[in-house]
Amino acid sequence: MTQPVRIAQLSCGPEYSGIQNEINEAAREVGGEIFFPDVALKDIRRDFEKFGLDVRSPDLKLAIARAMALVEGRVEADAVFIATCFRCAEAAIVRNELRRYINEHSKLPVVSYSFTERTTAGTLLTRMEALTTIAKRRALLARETQKGLTLGLDSGSATTKAVVMRDNKIIGTGWQPTTEVLKSANEVIAHALAEAGVTREEIQAVGTTGYGRFLVGKEINADLIQEELTVNSKGAVYLADRQHGPATVIDIGGMDNKAISVMDGIPGVFTMGGICAGASGRFLEMTAKRLGVEITELGPLSMKGMGARVPMNSYCIVFGTQSLVNALAAGSTREDVAAAACHSVAEQVYEQQLQEVDIKEPVIMVGGTSLIEGLVFAMGELLQTKIVVPPYSQYIGAVGSALLASGFIKDD
Amino acid sequence: MAKVFIYPATSLILSDMVARFGHTPLSSATAIRERIQTAGLESPPLQITPEEPKKGLKWAAVEVPAGVRGRMSLYGPMIEAAEAAIIINDADFAFGCMGCARTNELIKFLVHQKDMPKLELNYPKNEEEGVKFVAAIKRFLTGLGAPK
Repeated sequence: MTQPVRIAQLSCGPEYSGIQNEINEAAREVGGEIFFPDVALKDIRRDFEKFGLDVRSPDLKLAIARAMALVEGRVEADAVFIATCFRCAEAAIVRNELRRYINEHSKLPVVSYSFTERTTAGTLLTRMEALTTIAKRRALLARETQKGLTLGLDSGSATTKAVVMRDNKIIGTGWQPTTEVLKSANEVIAHALAEAGVTREEIQAVGTTGYGRFLVGKEINADLIQEELTVNSKGAVYLADRQHGPATVIDIGGMDNKAISVMDGIPGVFTMGGICAGASGRFLEMTAKRLGVEITELGPLSMKGMGARVPMNSYCIVFGTQSLVNALAAGSTREDVAAAACHSVAEQVYEQQLQEVDIKEPVIMVGGTSLIEGLVFAMGELLQTKIVVPPYSQYIGAVGSALLASGFIKDD
Repeated sequence: MAKVFIYPATSLILSDMVARFGHTPLSSATAIRERIQTAGLESPPLQITPEEPKKGLKWAAVEVPAGVRGRMSLYGPMIEAAEAAIIINDADFAFGCMGCARTNELIKFLVHQKDMPKLELNYPKNEEEGVKFVAAIKRFLTGLGAPK
């Protein structure tokens, strides 16, 4: 029996919020084990003063002492989970500073999360899985080239993508909106295989990722079933040819967004947002529909407009769409409205998620939304940097899966 | 005999003193151990469910963090039931402490608001202050009346 991945929890409030069991369960489901670094009362007094952040809450002081114990090697862990109450300003400051401190002074993977009493194990699962993957599969994540003939499948919430790779080249792709998970998967796989001119039997290894990874992975006997945080990071630096050194990966998805701080292709700090649809690709889909254009046309349209000309008073997907409708009724151009929608999504991701990871260049945008030029432009404006959008960026999860799956080829 | 709310509510020493003078301590009396191996300094002995933060809405609005509301679901009813209160400010962790500063502010505010006998002291820093500290608590508890 393999040893569980030991995940050190630094937190304030999960027990009194009634969600400690959910955290424990999420870790257990992915082969992890939550533990609370053992520190003495005298350590708390000493370390808290040494750290220099003058917070009032004793549990935050405890979290600081525990972070220092981990960094200084007094307590051993494989990964760190930092969790504090949503809407607590003091805790948000500590959460950010501890995440940064651990990232700068250790190699421990860290994920931070602000919870409410509604947080469930399901919400935390992908984040926990990413932590355990980084801890358990460092050797696999270090893979830089794809070998043999492999298939990667990304069963996403909005679209399903498949890629066939041979000897470090993409030779077939398939893409379609996700309807029935298995049906969509089978169809994109068939398309990718046909384009590659190979049969399923010839494929030497298969990897799956995305929301439907377990279901599809089981159905098609995948060698690798892995969450999208590590897979997409790997795919992003591989396709952008930035496998060494730091990078920041931004993936604005149909249901959630990922911001990942990467070093040598391995995620160090990451956040996954999923509370607000107004900050997701879904909002852009709705905008395109309202403007009467295909989602693929939204990008070029938005590049012709000026988002600042359209008043957007809400980040909410419902009220934000209403703002756009009002703007159109008041005479705003479709181009300006498209640009405003792109800016709104980029701004929300910037404000809500990118503050939780350290932005290091190059910034790589991936996923289907990275093809919407207006969104990439808006993000570049906000971050004051040139965003890298690699080729095949919409297939990022599938490419990452195909790349990593080649580590499972038997004679490799 | 009075029901005496104590702050920090986790102080075993304070809880014990209240009981020794024949009163009922309203507290959670969780031991703060020298080594912390639980999620928080005063981890609840029983599992709190996500229902507790909802019950806490009686004392704190929904925009208040869930951890505050969860704690208030425990301490709010105690403050309502209290007939007297002792507040010790800036106590040493080992004397008793509660993990969340925002909850502590709200608890102290609610205690201050309530019309009942109160004793508020700073935690002693030396032996001389310690003697005065214990004497003040003793006087207060004695003044609350003999056990009925």
